[in-house]
Amino acid sequence: MFIVGELINGMYKKIGQAIKAKDKTVIQECALGQVKAGADVLDINCGPASANPLSDIQWLVEVIQEVTDQPLALDSSKPQVIESGLKVIKNKVMINSTTADQEKLDLLIPLAKKYNAKLIGLAISAKGIPQNKDQRLELAANIVANCAEQGFPVEDLYLDPIVLPVNVAQAQMRDILEAIREFKIISEPPPKTIVGLSNVSQGSCARGLINRIFLTMAIAYGLDAAILDPQDKELMDAAITAELILNKQIYCSSYLEAYRKK
Amino acid sequence: MVKELMLEKWSGVVARVQIGATKEEGGSRSNVVKVGGQATLPFLFAEAAIPQKPVIAFEIWDIPPQEWPEELSRCYGGSLKDPLLWAKKCVEEFKAELLCIRLQGAHPDFGDKTPQQEAALVEELLKAVSLPLIILGSGDDAKDNLVLPACCEAARGERCLVGNAVQDNYKTLVAAASADGHSIIAESPIDINIAKQLNILISDMGLPLERIVINPTIGALGYGLEYAYSIMERARLAALSGDKTVASPFICFVGQESWRAKEARASMREFPAWGEESERGIIWEAVTAVALMQAGGDILVMRHPRAIEKINKYIDKLMS
Repeated sequence: MFIVGELINGMYKKIGQAIKAKDKTVIQECALGQVKAGADVLDINCGPASANPLSDIQWLVEVIQEVTDQPLALDSSKPQVIESGLKVIKNKVMINSTTADQEKLDLLIPLAKKYNAKLIGLAISAKGIPQNKDQRLELAANIVANCAEQGFPVEDLYLDPIVLPVNVAQAQMRDILEAIREFKIISEPPPKTIVGLSNVSQGSCARGLINRIFLTMAIAYGLDAAILDPQDKELMDAAITAELILNKQIYCSSYLEAYRKK
Repeated sequence: MVKELMLEKWSGVVARVQIGATKEEGGSRSNVVKVGGQATLPFLFAEAAIPQKPVIAFEIWDIPPQEWPEELSRCYGGSLKDPLLWAKKCVEEFKAELLCIRLQGAHPDFGDKTPQQEAALVEELLKAVSLPLIILGSGDDAKDNLVLPACCEAARGERCLVGNAVQDNYKTLVAAASADGHSIIAESPIDINIAKQLNILISDMGLPLERIVINPTIGALGYGLEYAYSIMERARLAALSGDKTVASPFICFVGQESWRAKEARASMREFPAWGEESERGIIWEAVTAVALMQAGGDILVMRHPRAIEKINKYIDKLMS
């Protein structure tokens, strides 16, 4: 499982304050803690409260690059914020994210190509949130077609079916899971799949349990990557075990530790 | 239509292990043997780098082997009685690159030699020949825990490969090898799960994965070869996919297993249809070696000089 650590987000109080006060220790500790817990990529989001996201994202990239060469995911709905972050990137990079809207695809795919970045494509457009599996597939196919046309390698594309909270859209959960499986047959080589996990339990009780079970089921449907809290040990253990059951890892008594050592 | 090779893109690589240390490296070997480092399955040169060739170690014993068939014993003649002569014969006559000394005589049932005697032998052997050395215990855990640490100390700094560490008995050997700068053979009973677990246990003791070689336990042709093959293949596929805990080079005791086979030992008198026993054992050992190299074997410990000659030619052909 390809883990994108979600904790460096200005939406979290401690991170938001650290961005504001330019306290790099808090950011660096958060980065290293996530890497230690098994994050393959660190997501970076200045958060909604950032007064100056163009410079804040550059500061975040630079202070994190001081302590780790782990890949970074530049997370913003504004392409110019992502572009600003890319200007100072040294580590490997992922763009989080484009939607299926043409103007965003036209901006972000060339940027991803230029910086050799992986790209997250959300199955969503300005028209609104998809309501079923077919709408998700249509949006995803549009993103894949654009990547293919512009010569961006589809195996570096991570399609996100848009996970909705289970207490809001219970009827869509099966569609979301099936979309994960069907995204893989859009093209050859297939695109990768990713979910922003925490959303599934937004506003629910037993959030940890819901996250764990949804992730496990999504892995069974062929999910490649997830944006989540890697320091949630039970969640990580569930993901590792799900992959074990699918024979993606060789069993041994210490398989949980072995995964974290990789 | 142009035929295109379907090439796999692997993310992992087999660990590089060096056997032997030169004077500059703190030892006294004239040459060293390197294995591992490959980033693809055996001999798929078009796919990725294969920096080292498989290497053969000549197996020698500290006591004359009792149960070796005549065909095998006669290649070494009187030198079987003197491990130093035996070692020199391998080097001078058969151009060995690597030696594997089995300290069978330390076994309580086969002479019960003391740790001091075996350590002295290792020391003399290192003086008599300048090849890198693999040192094997007698197979008696309690005795090996006394003998092997003494030998590790006697060979300090020579970067030998020492074995076998097993799941129920690895701590003493790992501590000794670690302290004296040697690498370890981790043995598992044709069991991928145990092979992985043992590698983790050993590395948890602080020995880096670059100093571990996996002995997957093999069977000869007709005696479980395909089980060993599939275990090795599975481990190697996992290693190339990024699982470092199984990304160790393999050592295969080809001679030991092949010469136990009835087909290698039985005389023509017993089985006229099987043909000359003088050829049969050599072929049995060579065929077993070929198959295990294709499964990913990096170090093949072999016995018959003619089987070794055949395999060396085969390796050269494949690597050229």
